[in-house]
Parts: sequence; structure tokens; C-alpha cells
Amino acid sequence: MGRKLLFENVQVEGIRGYDVYRREGGYRSVEKALGEMTPDQVTDEVKKSGLRGRGGAGFPTGMKWSFIAKPEGVPRHLVCNADESEPGTFKDRYLMEFLPHLLIEGLIVSSYALGSHVTYIYVRGEYSWVIDILETAIGEAKANGWLGNNILDKGFDLEIYVHRGAGAYICGEETALLESLEGKRGLPRIKPPFPAVKGVWDRPTVVNNVETLAAVVPIILIGGEEYSKIGVGKSTGTKLISACGNINKPGVYEIDMTISVEDFVYSDEYCGGIPKGKKMKACIPGGSSVPILPANLLLKTAKGEKRLMNYESLSDGGFVKGSMLGSGGFIVLDEDQCVVKHTLTLARFYHHESCGQCSPCREGTGWMEKILRNIDTGKGKMSDIDLLWDIQRRIEGNTICPLGDAAAWPVAAAIRHFRDEFEWHVLNPEESQKRNYGLAHYADPLEPAVAAV
Amino acid sequence: MNHPVFPPDKLAKVKELITHYPEGKQKSAILPILHIAQDNFGGWLSTETMDYVAEILNILPVEVYEVATFYSMCNVKPVGKYVFEVCQTGPCMINGSEEIIQYIKDTLHINVGETTNDGLFTLKTVECLGACGYAPMMQLGKFYREHLTKGKVDAIIEECKKTAATNN
Ligand SMILES: Cc1cc2nc3c(=O)[nH]c(=O)nc-3n(C[C@H](O)[C@H](O)[C@H](O)COP(=O)(O)O)c2cc1C
Ligand code: SF4
Ligand code: FES
Repeated sequence: MGRKLLFENVQVEGIRGYDVYRREGGYRSVEKALGEMTPDQVTDEVKKSGLRGRGGAGFPTGMKWSFIAKPEGVPRHLVCNADESEPGTFKDRYLMEFLPHLLIEGLIVSSYALGSHVTYIYVRGEYSWVIDILETAIGEAKANGWLGNNILDKGFDLEIYVHRGAGAYICGEETALLESLEGKRGLPRIKPPFPAVKGVWDRPTVVNNVETLAAVVPIILIGGEEYSKIGVGKSTGTKLISACGNINKPGVYEIDMTISVEDFVYSDEYCGGIPKGKKMKACIPGGSSVPILPANLLLKTAKGEKRLMNYESLSDGGFVKGSMLGSGGFIVLDEDQCVVKHTLTLARFYHHESCGQCSPCREGTGWMEKILRNIDTGKGKMSDIDLLWDIQRRIEGNTICPLGDAAAWPVAAAIRHFRDEFEWHVLNPEESQKRNYGLAHYADPLEPAVAAV
Repeated sequence: MNHPVFPPDKLAKVKELITHYPEGKQKSAILPILHIAQDNFGGWLSTETMDYVAEILNILPVEVYEVATFYSMCNVKPVGKYVFEVCQTGPCMINGSEEIIQYIKDTLHINVGETTNDGLFTLKTVECLGACGYAPMMQLGKFYREHLTKGKVDAIIEECKKTAATNN
């Protein structure tokens, strides 16, 4: 069994409440950080740990923290991104629901490092019972002296507030989130200026994901160097993966980033294989925005190596032959699933969630949805497949925020890897309404690519 | 002016929420307050309700309309007493959300976006709610209903009818 840094105590009865959490060693990282370390030393440990942002982009957290501007007399803020809306992703919810104090503990230490005296948790509005859990936990932390003025007599003041969103995927994008926190529509801002210089209310701001900030707790406890030894390469520490789709054991798993994708899918410790003895056809390994892969390319890289559940290995092969770890939203499709239809639901999602500021994203996502609906319902033309390809290419890289790319990539990857399934829909309009294309050759072992001489 | 008014405990909560943000940045409290308003005034935000929120925040009414129309959880039209918000995104679709949506339509005799004649139920489809591992699912008020089956949908409808009857 892999080492657990976040979920070590998740099964302990009553761990959601303060007393049990504290009894099990909770809040020791706050004692250590405030008692023995300067804010810069905390940031240094996070740098040494190699921790990368768990929200999707994987940017090194320590480096992000060191960019925060410190103009005289201007307050700074830490904002925790708990907007979690990327299809396939439900790990932050699990963490907040079962270990609310772990997040609060991480927020206190991180706020200390950044000099934030008022820290916000921006939670997607639909998670309303989670908000109650967080507010209860914040109340308990405050009653026990971990929040408020002069924490542990060390002269550090901190309040944490939960801010409830109201249903908008785009508010997970950090600048849209800040607009929303200011009480406006969630329209992404043009960067620069970056939030580290001008964030919420024009004040220097750091936005980090829930899991990222929770990971600061074990980093401080075991030290950045020790943390960096877990995992492999630039994938240090552990990662939460939310697994769903056609698997026997959907759920949230903490993994050591050295395990193989095959073990993750088939071992009983994790997904437990595909129900009813069916075969895996395809998988989106890191949330809906990352490229979908056919089963054969998911399990092995184009070079024929075992693919591992980490940043480097999942992206091995680039966009043509690889994917991404992203947010850790692992979606499995079995042999009975239709890739065209699944892609259509994602296109509809991005169309619905586009904020409408940039025309390539606003118009392009709508077109893609429409064309995919035609193909799915047997009204597609062969030229539609090329048109889709063309549209996604024109969105990518031509928008204010990465939602445009996130909408383009799934469509591009679906066409790239499953073109025959799209063509079959077009050529068999009637049959495609009665049955799915099936597994086809998508799980066949790959010929290892031979290096060009 | 004829507008709704928060009961004292809710008004206190609203005032407390405003203190979470810096002085002069009270507009930041708009979404949290709109949630309280929607819960208190019939599950949706009428123009009068939004004007009232604008007054509390000391901002222009149009600033509230602008925000309310952007966020999918803000209902700017009346809805039934119980709103079934069924997720239809990929992971839920794989696990049968389409059949669940069809079953609700057939059982309640309404289409997506409609409300039953007795004003009890509204059916909405929504995009991923972060419960993909527990699919198919829907949001009903404050909570999620997960691993839906036709039988569970029947039970939920009965439960709602019962609560509605005892509350009237
Ligand atoms: C459209 C879009 C949606 C996003 N949604 C989320 C989200 O729900 N949660 C999250 O943590 N990051 C999300 N991100 C990434 C954030 O912009 C940001 O990179 C992240 O919160 C930084 O935290 P991290 O470095 O700890 O990962 C999203 C980005 C985009 C472009
Ligand atoms: S890319 Fe799409 S979501 Fe992002 S700012 Fe442009 S229109 Fe809005
Ligand atoms: S796809 Fe339905 S909850 Fe995520």
C-alpha cells in the first residue's frame, strides 16, 4: 500500500470534529510553523518539496508563493480554490467533507507564509452541506485559538471566511474567481497583471487549490526534502485521484505517483477493474479538459513503456500520443460506451460554461456542440469531422483564458484517436442509432514505435 | 416600495456576511446574500428581491441583475417547490442519467425546464456537480441524491409530496 499523507486518518471515527482531529496530531504543523519558522522558511520548505498545484495546471507552489508582491501597507490575500467543477473531479469535496480541519490547518500555515490575515475559501455553491461542515470546523478552530488574533501568542492574526459561489465552472479559473469574489460576473481577466501583483481588490493574491493547501501540512511536518523523495521526478508527494465511469470501485484515492495506470485501474486497492468483465475502451485520466486516450495508449506509452500515474508519464507523447494528469479526474469508458456521445456531452458542457467574452470560445463551443449532436444523431456528414477539427484548432490559443483550450482539446483528441468511430457514425446513420461502435481495435496492443534512424 | 424583507435573524446573518469583506467592498457579499434571499423568498429572485439586495449592499439594482443572470444557481424565474437538478455530463451519462431524466419526465409529465401544474416539481438538467463517482445523481435543495435508480426517484417524489402536505 502506498504512503498516505493526506488520508492517513480519514477512516478514524469522528475525525471531522476538532477533538478527534487534534488528538490524532492535528494542528502540529501550525505549532511548528508559527513556533519555529519564519514565513520565508515555510515557503522554502514548500519549494524544496517540489509540490505542484493540484488544481490542474501543476505549477510549482513554492515558486508561485515567492512571486507575491509585498508593497508597503497593502494587505495580501490567500484564496483557496474550492470551485471544483471540472467533470470527473470530486476529490476536493471529499477532502473538505471528511477532513475539514486538514484544509484549515493547511490554510493557517500557508496564510502565515504569505502574510495573509484574511483568507477566503471560494466553494462552489452547490456544495452547500460542505460549506456548513467548513463553517463548523472554522468555528471550532477559532474557539480553540487557532484563528483570530495573536494565534499561539506569536503575533499572527488570521480570519478564514467561506465564500459561496453560485454555479459557474468558469469561476474555477483564478482570475474569474477573483472577479466573482469581488461580487461581479465571473469574467476572466487579461493577464498581466497577475494575481500575485493585483488580485482581489487590486491586492496581491495567491490562489491555490484545496488539495495543494492541504498538502502543505505534511510538508511542514516531515520537511520539504522528505516530501520530495516520495513519488518520482517532478511528481513529488501523493496525489488525490477521483475515479469514475465504468469501474467497480468509483471513489477518491490517494496515490503514490509511482504506481502504474494498469494497477490503478485493475487492482482491488483502487478502481477494482471494469464491471461485468467488460473491457476498457478509453479513458480521460485528468478531468474532462485533458485528451482522451484509447485503452492501449493509456496503459502504455508510444514507446511501449508502462504508463505511470504521474505528471510526466501521463503526458509522455505530448498531445498526439499522451494526455495529462490535470486535476486527477479519472474517467473510464468501457467497450459499450460511445466516444462521439461522450464528447458531445463535454462540448455541451463547455458551451454552457463559456463566459462569452471571446468570440472563438463563445461561437466555437456552440458550433462544436451542434456538429457533434448531428453526428451523434445520425445526421452528420463526412466533412463535419474535418470542420470540427478546424474549429477546435481556431479556438486553441486564441482566447483570454484556458477554457477555450480546455474545450478544444477533448474534441481534438477524440477525433485524433477515434476517427473511425466518428466515420462509422456518419456512414451508418441508422445503425448508429441502434448500437454503439464497440471496442473496435482500441484496446489492441500497440506496435512499439521504432526510433527513426 | 413593495419588497420582501428579511426576518431579523437572516438580516443579522446578511450584515455579518458583509463584514467578511474590506470596508467599501461590500459588493463582494452579493452571491452569499443572493443565496439567502433565494432560500427565503420562494426559491427564486424576483426583481423586487434583487432591488432589495441592491439596497442592502448600497449598489445599483442593475449590478445585482447582471450578477444574478450570470450564475446558474440563481433562478430569475419562479420554480416549483422542489427542483430536481439532474446532472447530464459525461460521467453521469455513462451511468444512465438519460434514463433517469426520461423517467422523471414520464412520471411527472413535464419536460426539462418545466414545472408541474400543482407547482410542486421543476425538472432541470445541469452540468457536472462534482459527484461523478456516485452517478447518476441530482441536486435537490441543499443535498445531493446519488446512485439514482427509478425506484429511488419514486421514493424521492413521494417524500417531497409528503413533506409538502405536512407543511401546508
Ligand atoms: C476553466 C478553468 C477552470 C478551473 N477550475 C478550477 C477548479 O475548479 N479548481 C481549481 O483548483 N483550479 C481550477 N482551475 C485552475 C486555476 O485557474 C488555478 O490554476 C488553480 O486554482 C491554482 O491552484 P494550484 O496551483 O494549487 O493548482 C481552473 C482553470 C480553468 C482555466
Ligand atoms: S476563453 Fe471562453 S471562458 Fe475564457 S474568457 Fe474567453 S470566452 Fe470566457
Ligand atoms: S458528471 Fe455528473 S456529477 Fe460529474
